Amino acid sequence: MTEIAAGPPLPGSQAGRRPEAIKAIPVRHPWRWVSTVVVLAIVAEAVYTLVTAPYMNWDAVGKYLFGPLILQGIVVTLELTALAMVIGVALGIVLAVMRLSPNPVVSWVSWFYIWFFRGTPVLVQIFFWFNLASILPHIGLGIPGGPLLWRASTNDLISPFMAATLGLGLNEAAYMAEIVRAGMISVEHGQTEAAQALGMTRLQLMRRIVLPQAMRVIIPPTGNETISMLKTSSLAFIATVPELFTRQQQISNANFDVIELAIVASIWYLVMTSILTVGQYYVERYFARGAQRELPLTPLQRFRRMLITFHAPPPFPVEAHLNPPSEHC
Amino acid sequence: MVKAEAVHKSFGRLEVLRGIDLEVYPKEVMCVIGPSGSGKSTFLRCINHLEKIDAGRLSVDGELVGYRQRGNKLYELPDREICQKRSEIGMVFQRFNLFPHMTALENIAEAPMRVKKVSRSTAEAQARSLLDRVGLADKVKAYPNQLSGGQQQRVAIARALAMQPKLMLFDEPTSALDPELVGEVLDVMRALAHELGMTMVVVTHEMGFAREVGDSLVFMDAGVIVEAGKPRELLSNPQQERTKLFLSKVL
Repeated sequence: MTEIAAGPPLPGSQAGRRPEAIKAIPVRHPWRWVSTVVVLAIVAEAVYTLVTAPYMNWDAVGKYLFGPLILQGIVVTLELTALAMVIGVALGIVLAVMRLSPNPVVSWVSWFYIWFFRGTPVLVQIFFWFNLASILPHIGLGIPGGPLLWRASTNDLISPFMAATLGLGLNEAAYMAEIVRAGMISVEHGQTEAAQALGMTRLQLMRRIVLPQAMRVIIPPTGNETISMLKTSSLAFIATVPELFTRQQQISNANFDVIELAIVASIWYLVMTSILTVGQYYVERYFARGAQRELPLTPLQRFRRMLITFHAPPPFPVEAHLNPPSEHC
Repeated sequence: MVKAEAVHKSFGRLEVLRGIDLEVYPKEVMCVIGPSGSGKSTFLRCINHLEKIDAGRLSVDGELVGYRQRGNKLYELPDREICQKRSEIGMVFQRFNLFPHMTALENIAEAPMRVKKVSRSTAEAQARSLLDRVGLADKVKAYPNQLSGGQQQRVAIARALAMQPKLMLFDEPTSALDPELVGEVLDVMRALAHELGMTMVVVTHEMGFAREVGDSLVFMDAGVIVEAGKPRELLSNPQQERTKLFLSKVL
């Protein structure tokens, strides 16, 4: 036996050399190839059918994709989503803290709110706010049985946009309350005790200790809710709010390119939800502070690392290939 | 400093404390030992009102815990006053319970800033000197999960000290630590007793610490104090059969 010539001895290795990296024939997966072909064939067929549909007017898709009405609709959709989510998250946190309150009245109020707003369809709720003026032409603030301090016409106060925002936001708050509550319950009880032992009041320890830690649990479903809200905001069409879906309908009612405009709207909804998904990733990363020793890589960092590993030398020693162990006696 | 008279506490039907009588004097270090489930941790938690007692009297610094007496009627204290009283008692937990989303410095400075309304700069300067005192001056910016168990527990002690407590409660402070890390935490506690003259109640399984640092030792079992006395005497010459049995197993 002769020793195979190898590089300089590796530091720390007792024998002075490290055994050659294992080279084995990988298991073959023929069915992966078969399934790939089948899936590609089905997708290609579907795309082909859609693209070559006899009455499909692709020019209309191109024409309306950046049309002014559609773009205006997108702005309204985004405004509606943002406002409704702000109401939903803010009110949801308040409701969750109320729900966990030792004061039974406060806790019941929260329970009742969630029961009511989660138990009725959001479409009905938007419709309710939109038509409130029909039973209540004026809204006022005053001392019961005493003087009226302030009064306004319901129609002025609750515009269609306001009706949709209220409907979506108040409904969302009920769902957010449950998400926030789940997050707060997930924080270890020892955290509450440690904060109490330091003399913090309930509100202080909720705001400074429990909620920041609950965020890690709250953020992913909140991202889901935001994406869901972006699409649910299309229900605002019932209140004649000129958002994306309303615009799509208005245009297709005039030119009968129904499917074409549905495709336009779908493209935009997909673009917006994709952007939100990326945003959600970064927010989650921020709230992982202190929970993981190293933060996960951002997609950009991961992409860079991938490029580097493509160009870097393979992880096993190259000499092994150049000097195969052929020098047996 | 702490006075307990016939303190009783039950969880549902389970009677955890069945009449505890003891007194801790200022600057005294009292160690409490006993098998698990004997009620020693529960008693410790009663002292700062993390648990409510069902019967008996428990007072800290001459004031009842959780109540005010007027005439011969007891009035429950409002939350704000309970918080205020708790802030004068430091507590160190078996599982450290550091706030994982805050650095070591923020963990220590948080309560003085929120509870005592100390300015940020003052609170942080104090936190730095406390970290220095527990030998962790270089860990100011470390998050708890970047620290070893022993380091975390030392930060937790510094966090409790930041409120300038008149009494410190330790709930098995070294039980969750690797054996080689126990020493560094005990060293900090020893310094606390000797240099600051802190009044301490320590629930522990460290007989060496109890013997060396403790001024008094209490052996609890099944919710009652079985035996109490000077640590050296109690450990070397226990009088009760139950104490002898326990010590024969742990020494």
